[in-house]
Amino acid sequence: MLNPSDLAAVWLTLKLAGTATAVLLLLGTPMAWWLARTRHWAKGVIGALVTLPLVLPPTVLGFYLLVLMGPDGMLGRLLAAGGLQPLPFTFAGLVVASVIYSLPFVVQPLQQAFEAIGEQPLEAAATLRANPWDTFFAVVVPLARPGFMTAGILGFAHTVGEFGVVLMIGGNIPGKTQVLSMAIYNHVEALEYEAAHRLAAGMLAFSFTVLLLLNALKPERVR
Amino acid sequence: MSIRACFRLPYPAFTLDVDVDLPGQGITALFGRSGSGKTTLLRCIAGLEKAASGFLAVNGEIWQDGARRLPVHRRPLGYVFQEARLFPHLDVAANLDFGRRRIAADQRRVSLARAVELLGIGHLLERRCDRLSGGERQRVAIARAVATSPRLLLMDEPLAALDHARKQEILPYLEQLRDELEIPVLYVSHAPDEVARLADHLVVIDEGRAVTQGPLAEVLACVDPPLRLGDDAGVVFSGTVVERDAEWHLSRIVFAGGEVWVRDGGAAVGRRVRLRILARDVSIARSRHEDFSIMNLLPATVISHVAEDHPALALVQLRVGGTPMLARLTRHSAWRLELAPGQQVWAQIKAVAVVG
Repeated sequence: MLNPSDLAAVWLTLKLAGTATAVLLLLGTPMAWWLARTRHWAKGVIGALVTLPLVLPPTVLGFYLLVLMGPDGMLGRLLAAGGLQPLPFTFAGLVVASVIYSLPFVVQPLQQAFEAIGEQPLEAAATLRANPWDTFFAVVVPLARPGFMTAGILGFAHTVGEFGVVLMIGGNIPGKTQVLSMAIYNHVEALEYEAAHRLAAGMLAFSFTVLLLLNALKPERVR
Repeated sequence: MSIRACFRLPYPAFTLDVDVDLPGQGITALFGRSGSGKTTLLRCIAGLEKAASGFLAVNGEIWQDGARRLPVHRRPLGYVFQEARLFPHLDVAANLDFGRRRIAADQRRVSLARAVELLGIGHLLERRCDRLSGGERQRVAIARAVATSPRLLLMDEPLAALDHARKQEILPYLEQLRDELEIPVLYVSHAPDEVARLADHLVVIDEGRAVTQGPLAEVLACVDPPLRLGDDAGVVFSGTVVERDAEWHLSRIVFAGGEVWVRDGGAAVGRRVRLRILARDVSIARSRHEDFSIMNLLPATVISHVAEDHPALALVQLRVGGTPMLARLTRHSAWRLELAPGQQVWAQIKAVAVVG
């Protein structure tokens, strides 16, 4: 049904979204925890920075990432000094870009979940001899479980659907950086509407399922 | 055996500034109206108020000295919050085990089974926490704290969120804890009836300061400075049941300085009981009258009398043998009786409550 290059694009997209989601949860959890608990003056600034990808045109974000990661960019030079390949037009580059692009979709649900837990269970755990790490894993994580699910699903779905950032940073290299949305775009450019339909309808079904899933995860209002 | 607590913590409304030496055993009530700082003091002792500076030693162990402080989770304490704060993702049994399994095995002096039995929650172990009533929830929270074998149990108005019936349901369990476990308890409350029933020692907190403290009976009977409890002013003392009258359903109780008849509450002859007599239930006569309904009539000596909050009222401090007592009269009556320190009078006691 799908030609090999389309299949490669689907596979690459899933791999990218999965990797990015894992990285996002690892990075987003401490960030969200800090944002939820701190009274530091920098909270507003960091919060705004994290939210920025939500409102920024993806091409703008992609452009600056390209500049930053390019051979003359700060990150590019740093990587070159460490003997590493430049990131643009590689899978690793896509992961970095996706993580930044989807950050707010992971940090915000987590932050809200952490804020909703409040101080009380943490104090109770401390009086029951749980140190802060212990409290986090024994009390916070289970209580914030719906928040983690929402964050994971949103991070994954949002990465699957990205286009502009990928275009800027990864180009359109089949099998290497050509993701699903890119493949659809190519089909439409080539007037292969039927092939475009197959992929687009799949995306539509996927997105709808994600939203259904999110609704099912919402905590019950009435006990 | 004692608890030395010395804390300073500025707040917008007042500064908590307390330096107290509390007994290292029994129940010590931290009593005061809401907003007086008693809960804050308890939180300082637990280490939950990070900004508090001070000194805290519990039965010889230093928990805080200036900025050097044991973190909350390293303090061998139990804390019962006003709202039970059970963990909603765990069932009752897992809640009970949460603290217990985090202490070293050789520190487990109170077994889980014992904690469960003391609070009467054996039938609830497999319940989810949202399937518990308010009273059950609080009993589980108390058992959870007790199961950590704390060397100090801190209770922050554990009954305040409950209605009268639920309170009466829990009070006997608290008395049982007091009588059967040798864990010192600091009990924050603004309810005089709870304090009268449970406490051995009383600290009165007002505007962030400890204004009075001492053994319960002494502090309650004190009129200088007066506690200003209004209708709740009264004394607590203990006595021994010496006789039970089956015909009239009355018990005779002997205390230091006299005896009283009370409604038979089922306490056996020889039992020590705690009695409470409210000042508003005591009136004073200069001579002995037998011709009215009051059956408890005790010879007393006037110690002093002070004005009450309402300008019509006066609080008179009496001594019945070795036991202090309070009587609330109108100032007019006090003037008419020409009450003066040292005077011999008769205290007519309308009601005596057995509170434990």
